[in-house]
Amino acid sequence: MMLSKGLKRKREEEEEEKEALAVDAWWLDPSHPAVAQAPPAVASSSLFDLSVLKLRHSLRQSEPDLRHLVLVVNTLRRIQASMAPAAALPPVPSPPAAPGVADPLLASSDAALSASMASLLEDLSHIEGLSQAPQPLADEGPPGRPTGGAPPGLGALDLLGPATGCLLDDGLEGLFEDIDTSMYDSELWAPASEGLKPGPEGGPGKEEAPELDEAELDYLMDVLVGTQALERPPGLGR
Amino acid sequence: MEEDIDTRKINNSFLRDHSYATEADIISTVEFNHTGELLATGDKGGRVVIFQREQESKNQVHRRGEYNVYSTFQSHEPEFDYLKSLEIEEKINKIRWLPQQNAAYFLLSTNDKTVKLWKVSERDKRPEGYNLKDEEGRLRDPATITTLRVPVLRPMDLMVEATPRRVFANAHTYHINSISVNSDYETYMSADDLRINLWNFEITNQSFNIVDIKPANMEELTEVITAAEFHPHHCNTFVYSSSKGTIRLCDMRASALCDRHTKFFEEPEDPSNRSFFSEIISSISDVKFSHSGRYIMTRDYLTVKVWDLNMENRPMETYQVHDYLRSKLCSLYENDCIFDKFECVWNGSDSVIMTGSYNNFFRMFDRNTKRDVTLEASRENSKPRAILKPRKVCVGGKRRKDEISVDSLDFSKKILHTAWHPSENIIAVAATNNLYIFQDKVN
Repeated sequence: MMLSKGLKRKREEEEEEKEALAVDAWWLDPSHPAVAQAPPAVASSSLFDLSVLKLRHSLRQSEPDLRHLVLVVNTLRRIQASMAPAAALPPVPSPPAAPGVADPLLASSDAALSASMASLLEDLSHIEGLSQAPQPLADEGPPGRPTGGAPPGLGALDLLGPATGCLLDDGLEGLFEDIDTSMYDSELWAPASEGLKPGPEGGPGKEEAPELDEAELDYLMDVLVGTQALERPPGLGR
Repeated sequence: MEEDIDTRKINNSFLRDHSYATEADIISTVEFNHTGELLATGDKGGRVVIFQREQESKNQVHRRGEYNVYSTFQSHEPEFDYLKSLEIEEKINKIRWLPQQNAAYFLLSTNDKTVKLWKVSERDKRPEGYNLKDEEGRLRDPATITTLRVPVLRPMDLMVEATPRRVFANAHTYHINSISVNSDYETYMSADDLRINLWNFEITNQSFNIVDIKPANMEELTEVITAAEFHPHHCNTFVYSSSKGTIRLCDMRASALCDRHTKFFEEPEDPSNRSFFSEIISSISDVKFSHSGRYIMTRDYLTVKVWDLNMENRPMETYQVHDYLRSKLCSLYENDCIFDKFECVWNGSDSVIMTGSYNNFFRMFDRNTKRDVTLEASRENSKPRAILKPRKVCVGGKRRKDEISVDSLDFSKKILHTAWHPSENIIAVAATNNLYIFQDKVN
């Protein structure tokens, strides 16, 4: 895959990318022939722009439609692959683009492509809060998400709990002690494991065993001791 | 298949006298119950409307049982998740009926995050003659009571009430796209973009996670779950489809976590049809087992495919729904229509399959005769009891009279949700905020 991961877009490249986009804006002109009939390289470029727009729009939603997002990203990957077939983009690309690409437009686009893809995908992982490397949350969070006031080192906290992308992860409990989360508390259902999942990652998922209340403990003791036959436990099946 | 169809329309929003479509009235799911006596619809406003078929009377043989409104209730309300600062839509994504086991009816309805079990029951008697209350319901002073009487049950006008019996919440981080009742009638599953959970109807505060395709690093996400369904007879077997056009069949006996499939269905890509949009149009929007349990049917953007459970490498049958759109994929990508999720249904005998399209068209394919038909659900083109006329889309060249050209199709009129009566030729078609019910003509 020719995508770059974890690459922050630098300021200089942002200007470059804007330039590349401006040049390709002709596709918006309705008098031009249908995109499908245009030469592949140019068509890809305009499709790329359209896809980038869609991706950005999707990421700006407070809760992006994951299916839409994934399909657009995958389509972007295809377009990127077709736009630079000759240029050997290294697995960890570094701008500027690989030397030897004749077309100056494409050359500047490659760097912009990689950089913008990287930053957009970074946005995605920000949404899920799963970024393994600690990232300051202050930048580029989509509107609607509480980015201000987030404590530093949030990335590190994510590594404590299992990666569920849910703000109800155990690791965050300490941060929100003063907030009443009683509606999310449920002894028998631990958000960390989202149910009894006996997968290989038994460690983090099982760190909070379901708490039994006294009545159930008594009942279980009776069953074990044999004074009571096993029957439907109280409290369930209301 | 020359089916003479008698038409009878029921406007979903009959309670309001609107001539324009309010967004809350947009129907988002349609489902017959197991006997076909009831038909449920869910809409974007979180409401469920249930229609009941009239008992056929001997005097009016020509009037086959028609569907009338039986019950209406608000299933889901808009919610606000304060921790994430998100509004949770009340739109009903799916309704699934439970088989009837007593006088009451039970159904599951779900929005993006929460599944609810509803009980719909009738009340046609009420007690009269209370001792402590008078006729208007006011409490009586016990000191004034000198005699006691036993309240008697008297008939009253039929009242249908819907009560929520279970609420299954807080188990899905992502948006729920499917629910499916197991053939054991004790469990059901709910599927979101990345996970599938198994529930017991009696237990609302825990569920088992049986499928999890979430990558450790979200940057590696390339595929999501799009639909899931239990096998109609084997309570250990289920299938789920993906955005990459694959179907996985899983056996819950093999392991507790069904991340590894038992069978993997995928058709190799046709190199001649390859385009930037190949993956998007291969994304499966619906998967349904046949009533027999021997086949599965999948719907992707342009086709419906029937798969034999014993053949994983390619479908048994492929039906083109609207192949004339293949050259328009770029525009459809631009206006997002390429992401529309169409459903598909089997008829009771698994011999005919049906799915929707644009311009309020829907298509039926007869698997035996290989004939297909395009019909339209619209008020302008059909009067009550008129026979539906087959429609035809003109692809190029000379357009005949009554044909419609591809460029004239209205892409805002999409038929995403349809349902087929379990044993008779009665179909329900949802066209935006209108519900159409068609049945075979009786001679």
